[in-house]
Amino acid sequence: MNEILTAVLTIGGLGLLFGVVLAVSSKLFAVVRDERLELLVDAMPGANCAACGYSGCSLYASAILNEGAAINLCPVGGDSAAETFAAIMGVDAAKPKRVTALVRCMGGVRAKKKFVYAGINDCVAAARIGGGPLECSHGCFGLGTCAAACRFGAISIVDEVAVVDSEKCTGCTLCIEACPNNIIAMSPYEADVQICCVSTDKGGLLRKICEIGCVGCRMCEKVCKHDAIHVENNLASIDYSKCNNCGDCAEKCPRKLISDANFDKGPKADDSEQITANSDNDMDGNE
Amino acid sequence: MTVSQLFALSLGAILVENFVLVRFLGICPFLGVSKKTDTALGMGFSVIFVMGTASAATYLVNEHILKRFDIEYMHTVAFILVIAALVQLVEMFLKKSAPSLHKALGIYLPLMSTNCAVLGVAILNTQNEFDLIGSVVYGVSAAIGFTLALLLFASVREKLEFSDVPAAFQGFPIALVTAALISMAFMGFSGLKVM
Repeated sequence: MNEILTAVLTIGGLGLLFGVVLAVSSKLFAVVRDERLELLVDAMPGANCAACGYSGCSLYASAILNEGAAINLCPVGGDSAAETFAAIMGVDAAKPKRVTALVRCMGGVRAKKKFVYAGINDCVAAARIGGGPLECSHGCFGLGTCAAACRFGAISIVDEVAVVDSEKCTGCTLCIEACPNNIIAMSPYEADVQICCVSTDKGGLLRKICEIGCVGCRMCEKVCKHDAIHVENNLASIDYSKCNNCGDCAEKCPRKLISDANFDKGPKADDSEQITANSDNDMDGNE
Repeated sequence: MTVSQLFALSLGAILVENFVLVRFLGICPFLGVSKKTDTALGMGFSVIFVMGTASAATYLVNEHILKRFDIEYMHTVAFILVIAALVQLVEMFLKKSAPSLHKALGIYLPLMSTNCAVLGVAILNTQNEFDLIGSVVYGVSAAIGFTLALLLFASVREKLEFSDVPAAFQGFPIALVTAALISMAFMGFSGLKVM
């Protein structure tokens, strides 16, 4: 009887001791958890797209809380998320500058092909074969790798070229990473005029391989009253801090590659039909 | 114990009497967290940490409490209690004082609290009547052996992902076959006389 009692008391005593020690140390080593962290994580869109620069929504949340990260870095949540974060953190919401992805190529059916690509339906795979099916080394293959990478269904392939629906686009940059040709870039949502070409090839060469690419003719540079558009390396680029969306350059561009949302997106329908027909003829001639 | 004895003890625990592959202790994490080498490493370091501290703690409990009250037959229950409490305590301590270490080991620590390898090392320590230093060396070495086995197995499993395995053997069956082969390879160390 005595043996049983010793065993029970000792083991029970040990249990009690450990229990007390754990209870005390849980108070002693308590990590002060900020309940705002949970609120922030809940307010995150949860896309874990890492466009904010942190690898995941919860890490961004803790960065806001602990490292004083800006609250307007989430392009997916946009204004509403920034406002929620601001409310949780008790600071003013500085609105994030809304950006949208821009596919800087309008080639597609208007760009000349090196060969007919019939492989895996993926731009990365296509790019591995002799630099891709296009003569232009800066062209969109239109195989939809970016569209597959987009979690918001904002990218579609129209006439063999990727087109971004800027209303659906959240600016998460996933498509930029997906594109093997570095064609996609972020551009301000408010910007109506956009240069849809990244080719730095000389005008003469470009004219032969693409119906629409920028040849660096400097027409836009001359027409711009705001010193916002400049041609460098045979390619026009817009300084959006100076651009006021007047659309003069889009109107004047002889290649119609400056898109103007107020005016129309890209070349007019009948225009493009004509050009397509031309390009078909060209190809036949070459063959 | 002399240094050379400790070295022999340590080498024996790592290779000759490898906890996983020869003694068949800690098979659960061996199969469970061996899909990737980095998780295997994380688990391995947690095991080294826990087994080292648990060896010391169980030695002290055994010497000063169980032996004094002459209830050494209760060591299984007492050790489970000690190890579970210790792991909890260590986790709390790490969370507070070394958050980065806690982040690295964190998810594996609770898994260790009821692991048979940890209990095994505690019981083997008392059976072999090691002193405090011997216990800790044996515990750490056994855990290094565990880590070695886990790492070897994980790297084989990573390669298995890309191999053409017959449908019936895919997943766990081929992993078990692999484990058996590694275990047989370690049996080769049994000729090594270090103890």
